[in-house]
Amino acid sequence: MYKYDTYDQAMVDARVEEFRDQVRRRIDGHITEDQFKPLRLMNGLYLQLHAYMLRVAVPYGTLSGAQMHALGDIADKYDRGYGHFTTRQNIQYNWIKLDEAPDILADLAKVEMHAIQTSGNCIRNTSSDQYAGAAADEVTDPRPYAELIRQWSTFHPEFCYLPRKFKIAVIASETDRAAMRLHDIGVQIVRGENGELGAAFYVGGGMGRTPMIAPLIKQFVPLDQFITYAEACLRVYNRHGRRDNKYKARIKILVHELGKEEYTRQVEAEFAQLLSQNIEPPLAELERIKAQFADPAFATDLSDQLDRSDPDFALWVDNNCVTHKTPGYIAVTISLKPIGGIPGDASADQMRLMAALAAQYSFDELRVTHAQNIVLAHVRKDQLYALWQALDEAGLGTANLDLVGDIIACPGLDYCSLANARSIPVAQKIGQRLAAKEQEIGELKLKISGCINACGHHHAGHIGILGVDRKGTENYQLLLGGCEGADTSLGQITGPGFDEDGIVDAVEKATELYLSTREGGERFLDTYRRIGMAPFKEALYG
Amino acid sequence: MKLLTGNDLKSGAVTWWDGVQWSLHVGDAIDVGDHADSILARESAAQRVNAAYAIEASKDENGVRPGHIKERIRALGPTVRPDLTLKPADPEAGQWVI
Repeated sequence: MYKYDTYDQAMVDARVEEFRDQVRRRIDGHITEDQFKPLRLMNGLYLQLHAYMLRVAVPYGTLSGAQMHALGDIADKYDRGYGHFTTRQNIQYNWIKLDEAPDILADLAKVEMHAIQTSGNCIRNTSSDQYAGAAADEVTDPRPYAELIRQWSTFHPEFCYLPRKFKIAVIASETDRAAMRLHDIGVQIVRGENGELGAAFYVGGGMGRTPMIAPLIKQFVPLDQFITYAEACLRVYNRHGRRDNKYKARIKILVHELGKEEYTRQVEAEFAQLLSQNIEPPLAELERIKAQFADPAFATDLSDQLDRSDPDFALWVDNNCVTHKTPGYIAVTISLKPIGGIPGDASADQMRLMAALAAQYSFDELRVTHAQNIVLAHVRKDQLYALWQALDEAGLGTANLDLVGDIIACPGLDYCSLANARSIPVAQKIGQRLAAKEQEIGELKLKISGCINACGHHHAGHIGILGVDRKGTENYQLLLGGCEGADTSLGQITGPGFDEDGIVDAVEKATELYLSTREGGERFLDTYRRIGMAPFKEALYG
Repeated sequence: MKLLTGNDLKSGAVTWWDGVQWSLHVGDAIDVGDHADSILARESAAQRVNAAYAIEASKDENGVRPGHIKERIRALGPTVRPDLTLKPADPEAGQWVI
């Protein structure tokens, strides 16, 4: 994985000291909250419902064991013993003290981490495929390109004050595991006609109050023009994006209002102009980065067989493990969704355990997934049982990846000052209600947001739930048919909303209808797409 | 009734105006009537509170109750982590929020 060079470290260290001075001046009263707020937000420090919240960047979701261990230590030392992994593949701490925030950033800097650009109208953490480097279907590891974007976008003077926040995802497989087309820019690394690598650009996707699927605007950008093309996309947005209305300020609105063709025409004109300025980083820099993502030293001649005699282990393998590109290895997802638990939360002890297990079993590397789980990407099959036993003992062996219990949920009104309704209790109740049936139900991606900002990706859930405020009480809208994969689709609202218990009943009714009408090996989504909304409405409201 | 609430600058903790100072407990909050703006201006200028504002609330035999669920959750703590609320030993505390 990527290691900081002296420039990276110097920039992060300098930022810590700069923020330490800003905090000191705020506490001393030399600057007001209005002056301080944009400064703290640039360092990921929010003021949330109960306390300050610090959002720490995890570039493309990749962590070393030492980094995960440090995250656990920070949870103990500065917070209340836990952290929350987010749909942006980051981690948030909920109980931060202002005067300790610079010390946290200093501790993060020691393990090559920071909270820069985890808030504000800038380019946020670039997300990627959690199986990068392990997936059998990828054309290359997408993370070097995500890292190049990180370096280009960090402190980019032109893009620190965009009309609105900006999110980029990079994948390198036909199977989209990063909700790529629901980003401001989605990049897919592809092979061209002659086998050379290039980048397809999808621009103008997003969730929030106006969900849109990004259209393809460029089929193939040569890698020696990759950053130049991204710069052109951003420049057109920065020039014409709506700064007069924050609800219309995302690039998806610009692309929609201009039209894909006109937006693309302007990007191409800007691209041609930028090419003459030779702004592209040298390919040698990309090669330097790529060398740091080289495959670990996989053992050869390993057996591909697994002893499945323990039924609980076999169930976990079937649910939580996926094929690895190298024989004898497997990619493991550690579920942070125990039945009745809080989706995405991990205790400090669990973080340190996962760090130790990564060091022992997966070349000292972990991934945070956008579904709020953790991946150990390179595990030997002959060591898988021992790994599972250690996870299971720590409450990390839940076998429910992509099942109805593997719910994405934003912090909701329990923590977030923007939320209108609680998300977590709904997730807990649904998980408990359907736990006994989840294997029978099979793949069903359920996603819950506590407000229209859609941090819980409800538009992309096979079943989505949106919490709203109805005259001061929580109300929940139900959506069906969303999907974030290669066949991306947006969920449709079923009808009138439900109260907290009613939405749990409604989800159960929807799954019962699915079970009684599915054909062959249909997933919930397949059945919905075949029979449409009407039967579900009848079951829910009839 | 009208309450004043904000956050402690250093800890970020939710606080309530009790007539003299800022308390962690909503039960200490007083009705500020028409004086919200002047108190907020004075206390904010003196940096005794951060990001403060006024809210509607009611009071009955059980004490002060903020009018909106968001403020009740602020007053108590996260309903999904009763151990981290201001009433960790009270199993009924979560019901007060809803």
